[in-house]
Amino acid sequence: MIVELGHFALILAFAVAILQTVVPLVGAHKGWADWMAAANPLATLQFVLIALSFGALTYAFVTSDFSVALVVNNSHSLKPLIYKISGVWGNHEGSLLLWVMILALFGACAAWFGGNLPATLQARVLSVQASIGVAFMAFMILTSNPFLRAAFPPFDGEDLNPLLQDPGLAFHPPFLYLGYVGLSMAFSFAVAALIEGKVDAAWGRWVRPWTLAAWICLTIGIGLGSWWAYYELGWGGFWFWDPVENASFMPWLFATALLHSAIVVEKRESLKAWTILLAIMGFGFSLMGTFIVRSGLITSVHAFASDPERGIFVLLIFAVFMGGALTLFALRSTALEAKGVFGLVSRESALVLNNVLLAVASFVVFVGTMWPLISELAFGRVLSVGAPFFNAAFTPFMVALAVILPVGATLPWKRGNLGRAVRGMWGVALLAITLGALTWTLHSGQSILAPIGAMLGIWLVVGALTDLWMRSGRQSISARLRRMIRLPRADWGKAMSHSGLGVTIFAVSAVLGWASEDIRVAQIGESFEHNGYTLTLTDVRRVEGPNYISSMGFVDVVQDGELVAQLNPEKRIYPAAGMPTTEAAIDFGIWRDVYIALGDPQDGGGWALRTYVKPFANWLWGGILMMAFGGLISLSDRRFRVAAGARKAPPAAAAPAE
Amino acid sequence: MRALFLVLMLALAAPLVATPAMAIQPDEILDDPVLEARAREITSELRCVVCRNESVDASDAEIARDIRLMVRERLVAGDSNEEAIQFMVDRFGEYILLNPRATGTNLMLWLSGPFLLLAGLGIAAVAVRRRRPASAPLSAEEEARLQQLLDE
Repeated sequence: MIVELGHFALILAFAVAILQTVVPLVGAHKGWADWMAAANPLATLQFVLIALSFGALTYAFVTSDFSVALVVNNSHSLKPLIYKISGVWGNHEGSLLLWVMILALFGACAAWFGGNLPATLQARVLSVQASIGVAFMAFMILTSNPFLRAAFPPFDGEDLNPLLQDPGLAFHPPFLYLGYVGLSMAFSFAVAALIEGKVDAAWGRWVRPWTLAAWICLTIGIGLGSWWAYYELGWGGFWFWDPVENASFMPWLFATALLHSAIVVEKRESLKAWTILLAIMGFGFSLMGTFIVRSGLITSVHAFASDPERGIFVLLIFAVFMGGALTLFALRSTALEAKGVFGLVSRESALVLNNVLLAVASFVVFVGTMWPLISELAFGRVLSVGAPFFNAAFTPFMVALAVILPVGATLPWKRGNLGRAVRGMWGVALLAITLGALTWTLHSGQSILAPIGAMLGIWLVVGALTDLWMRSGRQSISARLRRMIRLPRADWGKAMSHSGLGVTIFAVSAVLGWASEDIRVAQIGESFEHNGYTLTLTDVRRVEGPNYISSMGFVDVVQDGELVAQLNPEKRIYPAAGMPTTEAAIDFGIWRDVYIALGDPQDGGGWALRTYVKPFANWLWGGILMMAFGGLISLSDRRFRVAAGARKAPPAAAAPAE
Repeated sequence: MRALFLVLMLALAAPLVATPAMAIQPDEILDDPVLEARAREITSELRCVVCRNESVDASDAEIARDIRLMVRERLVAGDSNEEAIQFMVDRFGEYILLNPRATGTNLMLWLSGPFLLLAGLGIAAVAVRRRRPASAPLSAEEEARLQQLLDE
């Protein structure tokens, strides 16, 4: 009964979304205030209905209702509760429902908190947002209905893919979707502005928090996915350039570019057309990602729903929205004239360079991802494009970005002096190069990658701090410190995020350049040395979990005669899904991770055992968190809140703050 | 029967889903560390042909193990890295290379980055130049007005 209610709520939400697409759009066009105002309650209603529907599906999963086909295929009565819940979005149909729910949530937020928007703009934003919902709900109801009943309900389910039964992956999809779908908000604002024919500083100020929020979630989502790969796949890799990873990475790169160019729109009323284009492309790549994941066109480790019919449907959605938006852009973008002018050497130009590098890097990833398909269809040449290509083709862009970032970030708006900006950073560059060279001599004979990473990392982190310091004026040190603390939060957010990028770049190169590995047959009770550690496999026991059977190893890690950690690497078998998984055991440390994975028992006795020492691995996730946290600090900036209040005040009070 | 079918399907589908990469086994490792390092380097650039975007080095599949052993055999027999890779390409086709060769139509792939960068920088430079502050000299009329203001 509850499942049917959920199904019904979804269809009702579909109808509401159609209304929400049409009514406010007509209202805004004709200037009918009541038609425009209808958008708000409709957006709320749509969200509530989809949330009910989602709740009904979650209920089916939690109570293990095996009369629902989706539950049969993706759940099991013995599964821990948290994975019963995460099982809701651990499959194609359920994840789509989550996707649509988040879409409606963003729409509802624009209705709830968008009171300060001009009525026509808000109506159009909500209408565009609802039209995306219409497309995806049609997709769901026609091809991927999560509420279908099973003809012969079995006694128990087939279990969720055991790899997905993991805390990291339980929250990875919701964050990713918050990011992907958050970009729909920027898209809706962009299309609404094109219909409106007006983009101004206020538009930039509204779009930026949404983009920032989406970007933060996308950053965390990608970070979680990468962390999961690190500890779950059993050899400590954290990024594979898999098509689906690329599908999440491309929108991230575009969102990062959009975030920066929206600043130029807001502060300088320039780069308007370009920002609109980025907003369209950012969401376009989200849709493209959805297409890549769900069509199975490009084989990937993630493809959980390969079905040509679904692929064609998603491609159709992609074509309609991108085609429509880009046509509108071609027709209207000339109307968006820039007000602010700027010189060749200026913050604006630096941000343009940032945008060019990010956009091109993203396109390179795109070309690499699609090339096997293009090559086979166009030239009959069957080939693969894997990590070695992406590492070679993508890395230079990130290096270039890191090199120009600290200088560009200190350039003044409008017109700057490159000599002066470089002079301020001279000491930082010297420090970075010296320390980079020092690490190179300390680790001579190993790859040059890590010292370069160290150099770039220091350049970015110290550069960001120097930027804050230079902003504090010319006074006594204590006065400067006090002033630094009182700098706007956006400045601190910027410094934090840029430092986070530096930490991440350093950590990536350190892990890749300095990790050490040991693969051997370990006899129980026998010790061996690796990289300064003495390791002993003391025992391997059979342990039973709620829905799996595990061979659990017991490994003592000793350094300088002291027990550092006792690790329990596991090899699990999930009988319901018939799949083995590895659970690596990791001793997390500030300076290094000791990472142990248990392999198979060997014919001659003993177990295959892999040991890795990964220096600075934690800094990788730390850097990603710093980036996201920087975004959060920036999001809490007074400006966004003051701007909201200022709109309601009489026009006289809304004097420019800068 | 139905159960048997399911088991069969699972067995067939197994290499296609991401399995924990237990990858290279201790008994495969060569005694000579230099040869072994070369073998690792080569196998990490070869695709496990039945997997989804996994290198031979990281894959659990049976064929990946065979390829790992074959590469080591070739190296022990005295092949250079290129020869060992070519040996695999002759048998499995270009599909096995994770690092596509920069030849023929693949040049488009490899040059797309530099080309797009140049195009992007070109477009940006033109756009920025057009937006440079208008620093046109004052007209005679404005000059006179300015003088008048200064005199006051």
